[in-house]
Amino acid sequence: MTEQPTIGVNEKKRDFLKLVLGGSLLAWIGAILYPVLAYLKPPAQAEAEVTSVNAGKLSDIPKDSGTIIKFGSRPVILLRTPKDELKAFSAACTHLECTVQYRKDMGLIWCACHNGKYDFNGRNVSGPPPRPLEEYKVNVQGGEVYISRKS
Amino acid sequence: MKRTLKRLYDWLNERMQLDDVIEFMGKKYVPVHRHSVWYYFGGVSLFLFIIQVVTGILLLMYYKGSEEFAFESIQFIMSKVRFGWLIRSIHSWTANLFILTAMIHMFSVFFEKAYRKPREITWLTGMLMFFLMLGFGFSGYLLPWNELAYFATKVGTEIAGVVPVIGRPIMVFLRGGEQVTGATLSRFFGFHVAVFPGIFTVLLGIHLLLVQRQGMSEPLTPPGEPEKELKTMPFFPNFLLRDLLLWLIVLNLLAILAVFFPWELGKKADAFAAAPAGIRPEWYFLFMFQTLKLIPARLWIVDGEVLGIGLFGLAGLLWLIVPFWDRKSARGERSRFVTYIGVFIVLYIIILTIIGWAS
Repeated sequence: MTEQPTIGVNEKKRDFLKLVLGGSLLAWIGAILYPVLAYLKPPAQAEAEVTSVNAGKLSDIPKDSGTIIKFGSRPVILLRTPKDELKAFSAACTHLECTVQYRKDMGLIWCACHNGKYDFNGRNVSGPPPRPLEEYKVNVQGGEVYISRKS
Repeated sequence: MKRTLKRLYDWLNERMQLDDVIEFMGKKYVPVHRHSVWYYFGGVSLFLFIIQVVTGILLLMYYKGSEEFAFESIQFIMSKVRFGWLIRSIHSWTANLFILTAMIHMFSVFFEKAYRKPREITWLTGMLMFFLMLGFGFSGYLLPWNELAYFATKVGTEIAGVVPVIGRPIMVFLRGGEQVTGATLSRFFGFHVAVFPGIFTVLLGIHLLLVQRQGMSEPLTPPGEPEKELKTMPFFPNFLLRDLLLWLIVLNLLAILAVFFPWELGKKADAFAAAPAGIRPEWYFLFMFQTLKLIPARLWIVDGEVLGIGLFGLAGLLWLIVPFWDRKSARGERSRFVTYIGVFIVLYIIILTIIGWAS
């Protein structure tokens, strides 16, 4: 058998066509994937910037207790310590974001999920939490308790 | 009647060559040996999957996948819909038994080294189905929108977020936002009833097709022993009838569990309540949960969770691709090392699960 004559085959032209067609295919895939991926990304929703919330009357908060307060969309824990100090911290555990609680019997802030413990200064004293709890400012004005972000 | 059936069969046979299928079925044999009992766990898992599809569709008739109504709709199913309590309890119990039987199936295949050539793809599809099942469990757990589910989802998705670089976007994708909200519930609902079942069905099809094409794996013959002809049993009807009998027993067991130990609903999720004491994930996640509890916050320069997740991720990957690195089994030789790894993993899971359960 003799070799097939390669009449009319222009390698350069063929490479050029491969590039154009391959590129079009990629662009076409991209044009389909981009809207799908963009659709899956949840749109950012405007969140009202909360700087301060009223946590109720001081007289309603018993000594040696902890309450979860809504701070915008985030939970904050308000403590009235046995020494009658008022303290507020973010209630989201720094480990995996479970909501912490005050344990009278242990005398500390406790996370039920993985047994993380914090003292009255929000310091992580035991268990897996890697960082202290973020502290919030507490003010008392006219018998009302206000919690605000520390700037 | 008989003649009508015969005519119907002939009509179909003419178009689809059913005779070939019947001939194939008639030539299919199941090896009989002292480890034959493990062959049944794949079939039982298949049966439990079918139950999940049926009860899942039934639950869909009343379930509402939104923050406001999810909990209430399940309350409605449990208290107002006739036999609603039964359907939901069976769905929950089956989910747990399904994972258990699939685990037994997986470990038996692992110890028999049945993943070895030529069954690598069967192993891969099986493992992918197993990961999907964990996804089914995790997403389905949130759907009642109760307190435990809320925090389980928070922790679970936060764990995904710990992974460097890609973790954060994955977490936001899973949650449908920065926090666990109704948007998360909608997404999980979609995964649970549409995305996962779709993928699972394709994988299951490949898995079953391969099992039919290649037949059951036979145990490795120890070196030095003469290859002897294994006893066999016809698949149809002998093995199939045994399978069906076991399915019947499993269905009865499920009915007993669902009636005497109905699944609880708990309290509705509240984003502003503390995580309840004694919170823990489903038993099949317990060994990982317990490991995370035991790893200290920081080890050298690595975060505790990052280390834990990294190790579990690596172990899972090695487990997935075992047919490709266990060269000895592929050559038909005994692979003791792999067996020891398997024993270690089984012991680790059992011990950590018990510790997690007791603490």
